[in-house]
Amino acid sequence: MTFGSHIRAVRERARQGDPAFSVRQVAARVGVEPAYLSKIERDQVAPPSEATIRRLAAELGEDADMLLALAGKVSSDLRQIIVGRPKLFADLLRELKTLPDHAIVRLVREVRDGDW
Amino acid sequence: MITLEHDSLTFRFPDIHADARCSVSFQRTLRIPDDNREYPLPPGLGSFPLRHVDDYADNVPPAWRKRGGVLMPMHQSEAMWLNFHASYPMAIKVAAGKINAVTGDAWSNKLRAEPQDYLVVPAQPWLDGFCVAKGTIRQFVAMRLGEGYTAEEQLTGEAKHGGLQIIAYPMRAAEYRKRMRAREAVLAKEVCERQAPQAPADMGLAPGGLMRQEIYEDEHGIGAWARKSSRCFVHLLNSVRFFAVTGAEPPNKPPTAADYSNAGLPWFDYYGGDQAALEGAKKLAGMSSVAAKSWQKGEGALPGNDPATPKVIHKLGERQVRDSGW
Repeated sequence: MTFGSHIRAVRERARQGDPAFSVRQVAARVGVEPAYLSKIERDQVAPPSEATIRRLAAELGEDADMLLALAGKVSSDLRQIIVGRPKLFADLLRELKTLPDHAIVRLVREVRDGDW
Repeated sequence: MITLEHDSLTFRFPDIHADARCSVSFQRTLRIPDDNREYPLPPGLGSFPLRHVDDYADNVPPAWRKRGGVLMPMHQSEAMWLNFHASYPMAIKVAAGKINAVTGDAWSNKLRAEPQDYLVVPAQPWLDGFCVAKGTIRQFVAMRLGEGYTAEEQLTGEAKHGGLQIIAYPMRAAEYRKRMRAREAVLAKEVCERQAPQAPADMGLAPGGLMRQEIYEDEHGIGAWARKSSRCFVHLLNSVRFFAVTGAEPPNKPPTAADYSNAGLPWFDYYGGDQAALEGAKKLAGMSSVAAKSWQKGEGALPGNDPATPKVIHKLGERQVRDSGW
């Protein structure tokens, strides 16, 4: 699935229940021209900027990181984290790449519950 | 397990089901006028920042370290609402100062069916306050602990806990699979202590203005929920102390409801289909609102409490976002 076709599918699904999800209205809320959004959905132009993708994600109830990945982009905050400690995170990501999801979730820091 | 992701608390139960996940964020919002008129739903103005208490162990009171959890900054008399995002059903209990926001009862880790003391997500997309009557809540408003405003102080006479408490129970996997199969069948047919800091830091939630919001009945029944749960203490840190504790600036104060309405920005109304709503809790209904308490204490009118006239009200359905674009 391409970035454009995914956006179109999600928007059309939302439009079935709410006419406010027409190309014109979504484009207005996201801050782009309707013709540009239409071209994005038909993959006639490259995916938009990270900021626009984030606004689209918020508008359509999608995960911004997932949409950025579909667009072949990496979130700027993730890029900063890697650039800050490139060797450490490059090694870590290569080590983790084949681990199943449930094992990776175990590595994530948990919020500690104490005594209350 | 609970993780902190993009200023949301994410509850996961991978040993129950791979899909058993729910995130809770705390939305900045307008404080609706506390004038005994009912208002529609105010907008979300972005999430409050959340931080691990353990990351600031040197700067928080010993009691906070003992409880663990997270902290977030709130200005004095600032309002907030909880935003739930889940596709896997979960039963969620929310308390303020260990007072259940649905029933007004003291905190208990267990779910109770009669009267129902929890919310069910994703059917319940938001919680804006204390359930004082059927279809009516009083908005969550942050007030300093020890001054008598909070629900905890009004109902227990003590200012011990403050903050917010949340516990989530996922649906039993067998129950979930059964419901998924039923749903798929329907779809085929038809084609979500080193040094104590300076006081005052502790805040609690008090009952603010009245708002139209239904708390829905559990349509699954209490037997649908697993025994396993995860819980979190959310400490409310006065915004004036947030920089001293974390080194980061807190969000600005939101606009007043009157300024927001006068700018023609939208309020919201939610249609939850034919779901039955819970009755309000008598204990919660008996509390004095922040404005009323302020008068009782001889402290005069609450600042920024001018009546507002919502001019634009958007009707929302499932999955729609309560965001003003402010």
